[in-house]
Amino acid sequence: MRGLTRRAWFGPLVALVCVYAVFAILRPDTFARASNLVTMARQTVVVAIAAVGATLVIVHGGIDLSVGSGVALATVVIASLLKSGHGPIAASLAGIAVLGATGLLTGAIVTRLKIAPFIVTLGSMSILRGVAKGVADEQKIDVDPHGLDALLAVPEHGALPYGVWIAVAIAVFFAAVLRYTRFGRHVFAVGSNEATARLCGVEVDRVRIAVYGIAGLLAGVAGVMEFSTLTVGDPTDSIGLELEVIAAVVIGGASLSGGEGTIAGSMVGALLMTVIKTGGTHLGLPNWVQEIVTGAIILAAVAIDRARKSRAR
Amino acid sequence: MTEGTARLSIRSVARAFGATRALASVDLEARAGEVHAVVGENGAGKSTLMKILAGAITPDAGEIALDGVPFRPRSPLEARAAGVAIVSQELALCLHMTVAENVTLGREPSQFGVVDRAEVTRIARAALRDVGRAELPLDARVGDLPIAEQQLVEIARALAGDCRVLILDEPTSSLGRGDVEQLFDRVRQLKARGVTILYISHFLEEVRTIGDRFTVLRDGATSATGEVADVSDADIVRAMAGRPASALFVRGERKRGEAILTLDGLAGLAKPSRASLVLHRGEVLGIAGLVGAGRTEMLRAIFGLDAIARGTVRVKSWSGAAKPPVRLAQGVGLLSEDRKAEGLALSMSIADNVTLSHLEGLGPWRFVLPSRQDAAASKWMGELAIKARDAEQAVVDLSGGNQQKVALARLLHHDVDVALLDEPTRGIDVASKQQIYALISRLAASGKAILLVSSYLPELLGVCDRIAVMCRGVLGEAKDAGEWTEHALLEEATGVAGERAS
Repeated sequence: MRGLTRRAWFGPLVALVCVYAVFAILRPDTFARASNLVTMARQTVVVAIAAVGATLVIVHGGIDLSVGSGVALATVVIASLLKSGHGPIAASLAGIAVLGATGLLTGAIVTRLKIAPFIVTLGSMSILRGVAKGVADEQKIDVDPHGLDALLAVPEHGALPYGVWIAVAIAVFFAAVLRYTRFGRHVFAVGSNEATARLCGVEVDRVRIAVYGIAGLLAGVAGVMEFSTLTVGDPTDSIGLELEVIAAVVIGGASLSGGEGTIAGSMVGALLMTVIKTGGTHLGLPNWVQEIVTGAIILAAVAIDRARKSRAR
Repeated sequence: MTEGTARLSIRSVARAFGATRALASVDLEARAGEVHAVVGENGAGKSTLMKILAGAITPDAGEIALDGVPFRPRSPLEARAAGVAIVSQELALCLHMTVAENVTLGREPSQFGVVDRAEVTRIARAALRDVGRAELPLDARVGDLPIAEQQLVEIARALAGDCRVLILDEPTSSLGRGDVEQLFDRVRQLKARGVTILYISHFLEEVRTIGDRFTVLRDGATSATGEVADVSDADIVRAMAGRPASALFVRGERKRGEAILTLDGLAGLAKPSRASLVLHRGEVLGIAGLVGAGRTEMLRAIFGLDAIARGTVRVKSWSGAAKPPVRLAQGVGLLSEDRKAEGLALSMSIADNVTLSHLEGLGPWRFVLPSRQDAAASKWMGELAIKARDAEQAVVDLSGGNQQKVALARLLHHDVDVALLDEPTRGIDVASKQQIYALISRLAASGKAILLVSSYLPELLGVCDRIAVMCRGVLGEAKDAGEWTEHALLEEATGVAGERAS
């Protein structure tokens, strides 16, 4: 039990359970229903998948502000390829590949030109949004989703949609990568003390490029999920998503200065934000109250985490 | 390989940074299984030489051979692969990661990229056994360990490879007395295993205790080398300084005036635990002590950068705690020990840095006119012989000595009455040192009061009127500089004197 409480994601998990319990007590007939759990899981998928990538980025000491624009670009790429007669799998893979490539490019710029990742991704946030609008000719691309909408649709038998399972699989896979592979250890080492990592022979630049590449691929997968819910290619979609993703990672116990963070924590952070949003809607709270509560939770999570660490010291 | 072939042989190695010649011509020979002490003043070139050996920088000229094979590492990785590892003063560890992860960092045993945790444990356990700490928990976060154990983790990491030359750079600077003894035991064990240890220190006592042979660097060149047992401390000091120590220090006529700064039982949240002193106008009061004794913390508490837990600070007629802006208004200025991180705004110009704390009077009303800033700064640049293009030049471009003079110029521009100087000559060249000593002397002669924290004992003895020693947070009684010797200061600083008395 003591080992459990020392985990970084334990605090956020307690908060998640408490917030859920509060809403469940206040609205037992609507919020506490099993179908609502499925709905919330569905609504978390996009943020959760992007947050897996963002966890890698933040743990290695970087930041990525281009996630929202990237997801919008992915929906546009998928929609226009479907429209031009390509199959759903080809279209999805193309969307993922485009973002994977932009991720690698981000990593290359950060390492080769030595520009701070905040600046690089601030630039690519605008560039990707512009490209998305250009490709889509500044309007939504309406298209038959060719079955991609089934990813996040609730199957007949009422279990979780495939998309949720995909998100879970991605999270578990990358949690294992971070924990059990050389690459994972090097991601932490670069974020914890870059000079030391270099001294010990870690290929710092390669780790950086790989991390941004993976984050790009995962933003692409998140884009596929977003398309699945929208069923249109929308270049103005997901504005501000990057901040939600970063918030999920930070609530989950990651440090923006690098070296700390877990996938599990980020997932809890993503769920916590969905629960607040959904619960707020069920209670009939206006949007602005939900936003204030979400912001307060972010601050509280970080403050509690700091207190926990300074006491451990 | 014939008997007598050196493990490490350095011949005529030189290295310049821009116009500054950090190493002119260094020769050094170290044998297998010896502790070779490398001593020299700050700025003599020790750290440049060690960086070359560790592969962080490459030499411009000269030859280095390791067991007779040319050694020219282009990266830390190459140096480590060849068997040369460094444990630097600022520990290079990933504080968020575990002991085992740090020991194996960069060469984790793995299959298809998946780390073999059993093997990691085995390697880390073996390496920790080599440094005599087999019981350290492998899964502890390094950041949670005390400094002495962090250092051992780093030594263990160095040993985890095939380490032939281990460089220890000022290894005792952050250790307590007991930890130092332990470290020396480890060093002796390593020596017995045939590892060559380059031991960098400016504590001659340590050189005597642990060193077999020594090399002295002065102004980037080897000035003496030999068996430690064959020379006296005075010989080594002479080789380090290259001149009788007194010529370096200037001491003008001083007249002790009224008390201007009084500490009574001052205690910070952690350090210092008890500090009392009275500083007068026209006086230089030195504070000696080991790194970590709480000297910097005392200055910070006086200046209001750190909280005061108990005790009082009295400046002139004002009593009680105050924040830095108030202290500056009272005429108290602090020169930080860390000029790069704290003391200076590196990207800003000399003029901006000099005038930062006192922008009044540089234009009509509350305006600050750049031309007046430049004029104010230029005056001090002339006075302190700061070498720069003009007052507009960014501080980051200047040499360490000139940067320090800019930081000092800020106190002069502010016209402080009490100057709290924390290691004012650390890491700067001899010429700049001499100018700073002359400046301190002039300030004291003009009736200012100076509190000088320094780890360089000849400096304290040469510059100060009185000296007090801080040991583990407790400040001892201030005595006239003439009553102290280096030996007595060190005894007091290390607590030896207290143990003997009790």
